[in-house]
Amino acid sequence: MQDEVLLQMSHIDKRFPGVLALNGVDFTLRRGEIHALMGENGAGKSTLIKVLTGVYRMDGGTITVEGNSISIHSPQDAQNNGISTVYQEITLCPNLTVAENMYIGREDGAWINHKDYEKKAGEILERLSIPARATQQLGDCSLAVQQMVAIARAVDMKCKVLILDEPTSSLDDKEVNMLFKLMRDLKAQGVGIIFVTHFLEQVYEVSDRITVLRNGELVGEYLTEELPQVELVAKMIGKDLDELNDLGSAEEKKTSDKEVFYEATGLSSSDALPFDFQIRKGEVNGFTGLLGSGRSESVRAIFGADKVTGGAVKINGKSVKITRPIDAMKNGIGYLAEDRKRDGIIAELSVRENIILALQVMKGLFKPISRSEAEAFADEYIKALNIKTASRETPVGSLSGGNQQKVILARWLLTHPDYLILDEPTRGIDVGTKLEIQKLVLKLAEDGVSVTFISSEVEEMLRTCSRLIVMRDRHIVGELKGADLNQTQVMKTIAGGEA
Amino acid sequence: MAGNIKKKFSGGLGQLTIPVIAIALLVIFNLIRDPSFFSVGLSHNNDGNIVLAGNLISIINGASELAVLAMGMTLVTAACGGQDISVGAAAAIAGSVFVKVLKTSPDISGGKVLLAFICACIVAMLFGTFNGTLVAVFKIQPMIATLILYTCGRSIAYWINGGATPTISSPIISAIGSFIPGIPIPTPVLIVVAMAIVFKLVFKFTSLELLTQSVGINGSAARLNGINSTFIKLLSFIILGVCVAVSGSIGVSRLGLINHETLLLDIEMDTILAVAIGGNNLGGGKFKISGSIIGAYVIQMLTITLYAMKVSSTDVKAYKAIVIILLVVIGSPVVKEKFGKFVSKLLDNRSKASLKGAQ
Amino acid sequence: MNKKTGLKREPLTDAQLLMSITIVIFILMYLAAMAFLQGGFLHPQQIFDMLNDNASLIIVSCGLTIVMIGAGIDISVGAVTSLVVMSCVLYLNGGGNIFGSILLALGIGLAFGVVHGFLISYLEIQPFIVTLAGMFFARGMTTILSVNPQKVEHEGFAALRDVKIEINALGYTAKNGNFVPARMELGVVVALLCVVVIFILLKYVRLGRNIYAIGGNQQSALMLGINVKRTRFISYVISGLLSGISGYVFMMHTGAGNATNAAGMEMNAIASSIIGGTLLTGGVGNVLGTFFGTMTLTTIKKIVVSSGLNDPWWQSITTGGMLCFFILLQSVVLNKRSKSKK
Repeated sequence: MQDEVLLQMSHIDKRFPGVLALNGVDFTLRRGEIHALMGENGAGKSTLIKVLTGVYRMDGGTITVEGNSISIHSPQDAQNNGISTVYQEITLCPNLTVAENMYIGREDGAWINHKDYEKKAGEILERLSIPARATQQLGDCSLAVQQMVAIARAVDMKCKVLILDEPTSSLDDKEVNMLFKLMRDLKAQGVGIIFVTHFLEQVYEVSDRITVLRNGELVGEYLTEELPQVELVAKMIGKDLDELNDLGSAEEKKTSDKEVFYEATGLSSSDALPFDFQIRKGEVNGFTGLLGSGRSESVRAIFGADKVTGGAVKINGKSVKITRPIDAMKNGIGYLAEDRKRDGIIAELSVRENIILALQVMKGLFKPISRSEAEAFADEYIKALNIKTASRETPVGSLSGGNQQKVILARWLLTHPDYLILDEPTRGIDVGTKLEIQKLVLKLAEDGVSVTFISSEVEEMLRTCSRLIVMRDRHIVGELKGADLNQTQVMKTIAGGEA
Repeated sequence: MAGNIKKKFSGGLGQLTIPVIAIALLVIFNLIRDPSFFSVGLSHNNDGNIVLAGNLISIINGASELAVLAMGMTLVTAACGGQDISVGAAAAIAGSVFVKVLKTSPDISGGKVLLAFICACIVAMLFGTFNGTLVAVFKIQPMIATLILYTCGRSIAYWINGGATPTISSPIISAIGSFIPGIPIPTPVLIVVAMAIVFKLVFKFTSLELLTQSVGINGSAARLNGINSTFIKLLSFIILGVCVAVSGSIGVSRLGLINHETLLLDIEMDTILAVAIGGNNLGGGKFKISGSIIGAYVIQMLTITLYAMKVSSTDVKAYKAIVIILLVVIGSPVVKEKFGKFVSKLLDNRSKASLKGAQ
Repeated sequence: MNKKTGLKREPLTDAQLLMSITIVIFILMYLAAMAFLQGGFLHPQQIFDMLNDNASLIIVSCGLTIVMIGAGIDISVGAVTSLVVMSCVLYLNGGGNIFGSILLALGIGLAFGVVHGFLISYLEIQPFIVTLAGMFFARGMTTILSVNPQKVEHEGFAALRDVKIEINALGYTAKNGNFVPARMELGVVVALLCVVVIFILLKYVRLGRNIYAIGGNQQSALMLGINVKRTRFISYVISGLLSGISGYVFMMHTGAGNATNAAGMEMNAIASSIIGGTLLTGGVGNVLGTFFGTMTLTTIKKIVVSSGLNDPWWQSITTGGMLCFFILLQSVVLNKRSKSKK
């Protein structure tokens, strides 16, 4: 059964203004298989999924289901062709019952027969062994069960292709196992499942095939059992293993031998498991690991961005309490957040106002930075960081991504931090700006500032960091420095040591 | 091309485009209707003072309470993305406290008026804190949170008065409510100017403007930059409390009595309208106090124009409603988008036509 | 899976929980009033009086509950009620017939509902501003129609107005020895009918469940294939229609039109919905709860009056206090629930 092609996407192109998001990508899904779609940020997986579900219109290529060519213009079209998606965020209504969530919006007729719905829903829930009652309010179920209800809805709509977009990112181990059992059952029933995830181990546990995308292009399709984990990581990040071995260790970076600036023991937050960490003055370190490995959550805990739940922190050897961002700022820590749009820029305010914001907050309500001072600061940093903006009064939202990022960098540099945390400062910006930011990081370190640098691109981190902390599945699994600081070693540690 | 023209056109005024156009339209309409509508003259008032009089003066004078409230409301709107509907009721409470303190003894001195005003301020700020706590700490939508005080505020005022509508007569009070002897400009107008200056100074000597806008535009980023959003939101309500006390005191002084039922009746709706006309986004974020002040004068000019056209004071609401709907429909993103498409289609067709003509 | 789970009773949903709290508080309050204040509270007529006086409030609260479940608001209901009363009174006095006046009432309500619904759901303007304008317009039109109170002179209407349903079983013998049966006005029947119809609509009709869905999560509702705009539009139309009915019932109760009719009714209706367990953020609510919300609100006002707090201000101060209590209760109860789920 596994060789019968269910879905064939050929030469899919998708252009966005200025970017080719998908470049002639092929993807094949067979009946009764679980097919993992892998790739780092910007690889094009979510674009591919959105093309398939009708959220985006493709600019070129063909899609066939069971040999019939189809065109998909809306999510509704996709559903009519038997393609259903279960998204990472639950797209059901928590205030309705499980049964209602499975049937609402699907059938016509004015009346609702609750008994009938509950009976039908109950049968499907039992068939799929989903531990929920049809009469239960959806919001009272755990997230995993809610996800399964969404899957049950898709199954009941006679879907042939089921897309699971990051279904496990907010589930615990037990819930993940429940979900996997359901996926295997569906597979046995002949459904083709596209599984998008960041968790390598889960891919190896449940999938039959893996397709890897990188920079909007197809890297290849592999049988899961024939692709070692470390090779998968290499393909995702963009280096062949042989090539990695050849590179070997580049120049050895000296780790800073100055005194420790920041030290945390057992630090944990609502989103991060307890971890220990320290950084010396003038040191550049990195947190690496795939997306979802807990690298961002850990640095957010350092800054007090999420609710801190435990641990002891020392700065310059003195115990301090950091539970809110303002505490961290007063202790000389700055944090450039991962999501620039959501957590970084104040889009409608001017470049000037965005640059002085953090310094102003630290000075407080009653010590405003005067207009002339602010203008001087803004001009200074627009020049120093080469920010391309029409004027310092331009709303920051109208700048390009790279320049927005520089504005936020300027905002933190203006506070003259002792320790600067940069989470994905180079994401989605052009190569020139990337290099400028890397140089800036090294210069800051020379001046004695401690820097934590996070990037999806390992190369970039190797160029800047003298010590790498490797995370996998929300735990620190290794610390690399000196001779170990090379691509091969990083890949191996990320992938789990074997191979 | 059309975009360029539009940009140039709105670039100079920015946010103030709508209110300025609205006021210009009203002025032109009135001048056509009655060229002498805006003539200002000098006359003797009851106390024998020479004062300015005329429609223009009564517009600017009559909008004073509204203008003061609109300033505070702008801040609350910017920080919380919602509006306080209890300002009228709270002003009645503040006015009652003001009168209550004045009535403690028969003689009314300047110091006592000041004391009464301070008491009114404190009470209004306390009620502001109550509203602000519900909004900032308990995360209740501003409109619903302030519904509580809206429901019972005027009764609290009635209770403070002990079930009466006490009158106060004193030269100091009438000086506050109408004219200071020797100055031809109505005192409430001077108070509005003073309040506007105070706001200007507050924004100059604190970073309130920047912090409030940051909280309103992007709460998540504001938090990660160390801003205490709860405090900023609470503060906006407390500042609105001061505005409430000021406008309540003006209202009381103007009439020389406190009537909990009618003092600044329905002003909450006008205040929200003034903020909206001022080009401020009712969903929070960037704001311009000056826009709201102009908005207040637009509303008052509309009202006086309608009065001049022999529309009775009770019927004015119906016409106001039509103006509000027109304004929000024009401002609606959906309409803007559809209109934009229509215009570009029109331009397209025209350019095609001209191309054809050239061929 | 255990087969017994089918028999297990479901835990209360948010709406049921909040409604239950209200009903319990209502009953306790009424019992306390019977025990300590006695007087009228011991006679069933007390309840009928409360219903007679508040029939139109119950009707508009039903409309508000629908709109609030869909995460909206309609503050025009009181003003529309007032406009309907005035229009119908003038129509009847101008020689109109009963049937025509009923059509007029429904027509006015419907017109407001359609305009509100269109502006809010298709032009995406904030519901508060739209219905505020609707409120201004209706109030203004009422005074344009007549500033002075107008009494209905129509004979047929007077007959209709005086129809009272008498229930002997619940009557009592007054001090002077006359037997007084419990009296209920026709408007109460209409109000109770509205409650039942809306209850069925919200529970068993697809439209009703769709309103819950858009209030619960608009984005999800869209993904589930619900026509969000049309659903929201209809919710405002229903609210407008109910305001029309409410106006007619109001007229049957008072028999006269007055520019200040139904002043503050919108806020009482919102308060009734909130007390009855309708969530401010949408998606949660129950029209039975709203009914008990209105009764709770009315009872507390009666209690305030009967317990000697005759001063006119106490009624609305206690209403405000109640509202504050229930808003905070909602906030606390739901926070706790969402925390325990995690």
